Amino acid sequence: MKLLFLVSLLLSQTALAVSTLAIERLAEGVYVHYGEHEFPNKKNHGAIANIGFIVGKKCVAVIDTGGNPAQGYALKRAIKKVTSTPVCYVINTHVHPDHIYGNIAFKKSGVKFIGHDKLARAMSTRGHYYIDKANEQLDLDLKAKHIIPPDLPVKKMMTLDLGGREIVIEAHPTAHTDNDVTVFDPQTNTLWMADLLFMSHLPVLDGSLLGWLSELNRLEKMSYKLVVPGHGKVVTDWPKSLKAEKNYLQTLLTEIRVMIKQGKFLEEAVKTVGYSEKSKWVLFDEFHKRNVTSAFAELEWEE
Amino acid sequence: MKKQILKISFIALLILPFIVTAAAKDEKQWHTVLKNQYFSGQTIEESKDMIEIDAPYRAEDPALVPIKITSHIKQTKERYIKKMTVFVDNNPFPFVGEFEFTPESGKADIAMRVRVNSYSYIRAIAETNDGKFYMNKKFVKASGGCSAPIGADLDAAMKRLGKMKFKMKSDIKLDEPMLTQLLISHPNITGMQMDQVTRFIKKSHFVDHVNVTFNDKLVLSAKIDIAISADPNFRFYFVPNKEGKLKAEFTEISCESPVSRDICSSGKSYSMTRIIKP
Repeated sequence: MKLLFLVSLLLSQTALAVSTLAIERLAEGVYVHYGEHEFPNKKNHGAIANIGFIVGKKCVAVIDTGGNPAQGYALKRAIKKVTSTPVCYVINTHVHPDHIYGNIAFKKSGVKFIGHDKLARAMSTRGHYYIDKANEQLDLDLKAKHIIPPDLPVKKMMTLDLGGREIVIEAHPTAHTDNDVTVFDPQTNTLWMADLLFMSHLPVLDGSLLGWLSELNRLEKMSYKLVVPGHGKVVTDWPKSLKAEKNYLQTLLTEIRVMIKQGKFLEEAVKTVGYSEKSKWVLFDEFHKRNVTSAFAELEWEE
Repeated sequence: MKKQILKISFIALLILPFIVTAAAKDEKQWHTVLKNQYFSGQTIEESKDMIEIDAPYRAEDPALVPIKITSHIKQTKERYIKKMTVFVDNNPFPFVGEFEFTPESGKADIAMRVRVNSYSYIRAIAETNDGKFYMNKKFVKASGGCSAPIGADLDAAMKRLGKMKFKMKSDIKLDEPMLTQLLISHPNITGMQMDQVTRFIKKSHFVDHVNVTFNDKLVLSAKIDIAISADPNFRFYFVPNKEGKLKAEFTEISCESPVSRDICSSGKSYSMTRIIKP
């Protein structure tokens, strides 16, 4: 019986290690793997975000590496199936574990890691906490080596030449986090927005509500053929599909400002703010109260 | 053999949840350490009659858990709560703060936001002016509050450091206890947010004293520690018995270790006043 258990354990481990990642071609040379809308847990091991890559003639740029090392390796295999072009760049759109825990799969000489100017700091102040929680919450055995800071920090803009194709990395002011970058591919007019855009998965606030809304107001005026969210399906009707996220964030802003003006406290805000939005989102119960808490703590310092 | 193992594991399965619950809800830290350290030789009555503590059973954000302690007596010259001590039993540094009140406080209520590092009782002990002690506690499920990353927007927080705000309703009634909120902008760094790359543990850097006076009479004096959330936020009462100056002052401190107060150096102090017209 014991042996049987061991064998099945081995089998499941192996299955996890060699599973191939389902990917979808969004446009010429632009590929995505869609994450499921789930709370990161011991079953999905944190593999819940959209991750992907862009292929040029000389180089592949990976955009986020997934929620655990195994997913990173699976992404690497998926890339090999599509192209023999080598990976030269790994872009981490921000510090959250579901986007960076696959980094180690791509770590080798010649591969440059790219992220926001403030990503390294965020990784170093959060890394210890993240590694601690990985075991307990995601059933992952992570070490300091799994948190790989960027080689090339982006202060404002950075253009990467993938060979016959240039992509533009843009560093944003504090929004979803204080270290968000987006990736623009002019050739297909695709904006990889990562977690600046959530579709159907409740937006998660870990930066600045005001900052996030102001970035959305700016991006809303641009025209893109495709926009890739960090969670949820690709958007082909920009900016129409932005409405849901903007409404949610705007509702938080409006209702919390009213409560602060009325002299109400955080405890009351958590119980009453934003519940008109509940039916529109997946994972509302998991993230909403925390969003209110974070937004309230920010807005009470508004002048 | 197989049957026996099955039986044992079945029993274990039955017992296990109880063991876990007992372990999670234990008060060992209080009975073996905290009580002796802070209230040696004192009798403490556990009841809801004097003070009551309110906290969410499950905290949404472990680094920002709102708690509220309500007192059930009026602060009079004859009888008042002179001190309230608050602990999060299972925090690496359980002492949250000591809050001193006077008859001028009107009501010895205090609300604040705290960090909770693991499942724990949060307890408040009130000492009345006649030297009696009363305790109330509440169990909170949260974890990681002390080691949780420093605020979402660190640069904005550092830029704002030292700012203070009073908030209260605009109709101030003469001689009636007035609920007041004091907001302090300070990252209140626990020192447990380790730098992963350099393995260097940052020093703790936090607000250690807050004093509030009305016309130079003490309303609230707080000695606090790293369990207070970033941007410390307190609600309390004072009695506006005439026009006057409400003044808040705070000092900060930096300590080598998150869990020891042996080697510390004090930092700056800040103050702010607001004219109150009842």
